[in-house]
Amino acid sequence: MFPFDSSKKLSFSRYISDGDLLIVYERHDNMKAVKVSESGVLQNRFGVFKHSDWIGKPFGSKVFSNKGGFVYLLAPTAELWTLVLSHRTQILYIADISFIVMYLEIVPGCLVLESGTGSGSLTTSLARAIAPSGHVYTFDFHEQRAASAREDFERTGLSNLVTVGVRDIQGVGFPDEFLGRADSVFLDLPQPWLAIPSASKMLKQDGVLCSFSPCIEQAQKSCETLRSDFTDVRTFEVLLHTYEVREGNLRSWQDNDGGSMSLKSCKKRQRSTKGLENASSLTIMARRNGESRGHTGYLTFARLKCTL
Amino acid sequence: MDSLISDMSTSKSGGISCKDQNRRITWEGCSVLLDINDGDRVLFARLTAGSKIKIGNKNCSLQPLIGCPFGSSFQVEDGKEGPVLSRVLQSTKGNSLQITEESRDNRMLVDNNSAQSLTGEDIDEMRRKGASGDEIVKALIANSATFEKKTAFSQEKYLLKKQKKYAPRVLLRRPFARSICEAYYKKHAERIGFLRVDTLSLLLSLANVSAYSDVLLVDMLDGIVTGAVAERLGGTGYVCNTYCGVTPYPINIVQMFNFNDDISPRIVHSSVAELHSYENGTSPPNDQLEDASTIRSQQNEQILSPSGQNADSMEENEDGNMEIMTDVAASTKVDKGTKAGRKAPVEAIKLWKENGFSSLIIAAPNLDPWGIVKEVLPLLSYSASFAIYHQYLQPLATCMNTLQAEKLAIGLQISEPWLREYQVLPSRTHPHMQMSATGGYILSGTRISGGDQTQTM
Ligand SMILES: C[S@@+](CC[C@H](N)C(=O)[O-])C[C@H]1O[C@@H](n2cnc3c(N)ncnc32)[C@H](O)[C@@H]1O
Repeated sequence: MFPFDSSKKLSFSRYISDGDLLIVYERHDNMKAVKVSESGVLQNRFGVFKHSDWIGKPFGSKVFSNKGGFVYLLAPTAELWTLVLSHRTQILYIADISFIVMYLEIVPGCLVLESGTGSGSLTTSLARAIAPSGHVYTFDFHEQRAASAREDFERTGLSNLVTVGVRDIQGVGFPDEFLGRADSVFLDLPQPWLAIPSASKMLKQDGVLCSFSPCIEQAQKSCETLRSDFTDVRTFEVLLHTYEVREGNLRSWQDNDGGSMSLKSCKKRQRSTKGLENASSLTIMARRNGESRGHTGYLTFARLKCTL
Repeated sequence: MDSLISDMSTSKSGGISCKDQNRRITWEGCSVLLDINDGDRVLFARLTAGSKIKIGNKNCSLQPLIGCPFGSSFQVEDGKEGPVLSRVLQSTKGNSLQITEESRDNRMLVDNNSAQSLTGEDIDEMRRKGASGDEIVKALIANSATFEKKTAFSQEKYLLKKQKKYAPRVLLRRPFARSICEAYYKKHAERIGFLRVDTLSLLLSLANVSAYSDVLLVDMLDGIVTGAVAERLGGTGYVCNTYCGVTPYPINIVQMFNFNDDISPRIVHSSVAELHSYENGTSPPNDQLEDASTIRSQQNEQILSPSGQNADSMEENEDGNMEIMTDVAASTKVDKGTKAGRKAPVEAIKLWKENGFSSLIIAAPNLDPWGIVKEVLPLLSYSASFAIYHQYLQPLATCMNTLQAEKLAIGLQISEPWLREYQVLPSRTHPHMQMSATGGYILSGTRISGGDQTQTM
């Protein structure tokens, strides 16, 4: 998935070859992960695409179907993966993920513990951050989910950075082999406070824990539990607002003799055909997208106290 | 190519080499972030036998902090030879006061100065007799007529206030992108272009910064982005800072990270003219190369002695600001092992020309984004991710519109991060009364193979 292999440094191959995982981009809200195979075909509303036409082209190429429709072929990234993975659970998205990775102080070489694995959306970004020398041990008590996640990490080429375990973390905690070895711990569990005592034993001193919970009562209970072994207990909410941009033709009041009230949108190529007097009123405008996520969850961070 | 890399990573010239970037115990010569009284005052310092900080009216040596774990706390105590910082072990049994649901209220509290029977003279007298800060705080509580009547919450507030005054705490923090960005944002946001920590984290994600990336950067925020990227690369790949003209932008903040000898050589710079000049195998004119190397040494000079720019402006008053200890400069001079911000090796430039950079981040608060993008986007490989930070929305909107029209990129998006902190306490949970209203904007996207593609069907 990523050019993590040291043999590929500086000159990782950016040409599509048989067996590559790539992201087929139709539109920003329509993408799909595809594994390239000599004989494979992709069929969508634009027609039929033959994989064999793709091989040898650089990633980032525009490719055409038998009917002349086109898509773009992109190299996978953790962000794209989050957008195309199969949702077996609720997943975390880029705003929370980015903040978590930075606030957990995850850098290459870190040992990170996570539970539950869910659909592996966060895990993929954790793996990117600890590469090439660290490791993520992620646990889910749901056997099938763990197996599917394992298959995904195989597919995305992360399996030597991530180990998926089946375990009831709220019930029995993290395995003893990690005692005092974790740089960071992440919890996305229904009752995180049950896992916190174990997490505190796994962390190195000054190591950071994060717990994600959709409900404030969960965050509240977690904070109460955290206060005995942790300091710097802080709770945040992170969101992203996105903007749409367009070039519009705002007519002047004087030129407008009633009639149409609607804002005229104007595309670039139309500009030249318009009269000069109109060109002056072409404005690039931005506004927040109407639909937006209003809440994902509360992120509670805490730092293990230094007692030695 | 391999040899180029190993050459660079083994070129050590003395200095302190710590193999593990992720060290959790301080060492002599390491950079630390000192957090005094819960963020009231934050300062960067380098731990040397001679370095000192002033807390209240007391000068304390930082020597006792060497060899301590990051995350530990210290208090000023009176030693035989004056005030010393001594380690406070944190108890694991929660806060001194149990926070529970409250039944008391404040109807009985009368605000007059008679509540405290201990006078200023009494306190001075205690001090002369060698009472510790903690003892003074205890005495203040014992002599407060109203303390018992206060709600647990205001008792705690009272305690904290007195503790800060009479027994200040110094917390030893690890200088990481997170803590450095937060410290700057809190005390000197303008120096890092008001880049909030969540925005910085998004820049790194959206630009797909990962091990073995070759990241092209336009960092005009004194090196905060450079440092954050280098931290993520962990000694693999490259961070290449590019600039227009002949002078690279200063990256003073990079010094505050404890980058080891694997990471520092990965931080390089190259002018945009140079990056373009190897096009079609041509070499840049000789004089240009020479120019660049002279700048490099000037640049290093600048980095090694930030006294002009840094120490002066950073060192500030008592009323709670961020400072950079003057001896950061002094000890950096000694520590020649760390060489961040050298000129990019010619071999690397040639390879970037062939393969393109794998990521691009632009953080140039006073420049027009499109003016930069049109120059540097062609240096990226196809399918590479880019992220552009700006404090204002409009320049990014214009840039996005042009990128769309010229069909240079897909997945274009302008995002505005939003961050809110909460106070979470039993029956007293609510958002913080203050929040940062803007973390700036990011334009992100993916470069695509351009118009040279024709339909082949
Ligand atoms: C919301 S999902 C996690 C999503 C994940 N963060 C992501 O981004 O894809 C929560 C997961 O926790 C798992 N889980 C719930 N209770 C658990 C327990 N006691 N031990 C381990 N896993 C548990 C569930 O099976 C589920 O897959």
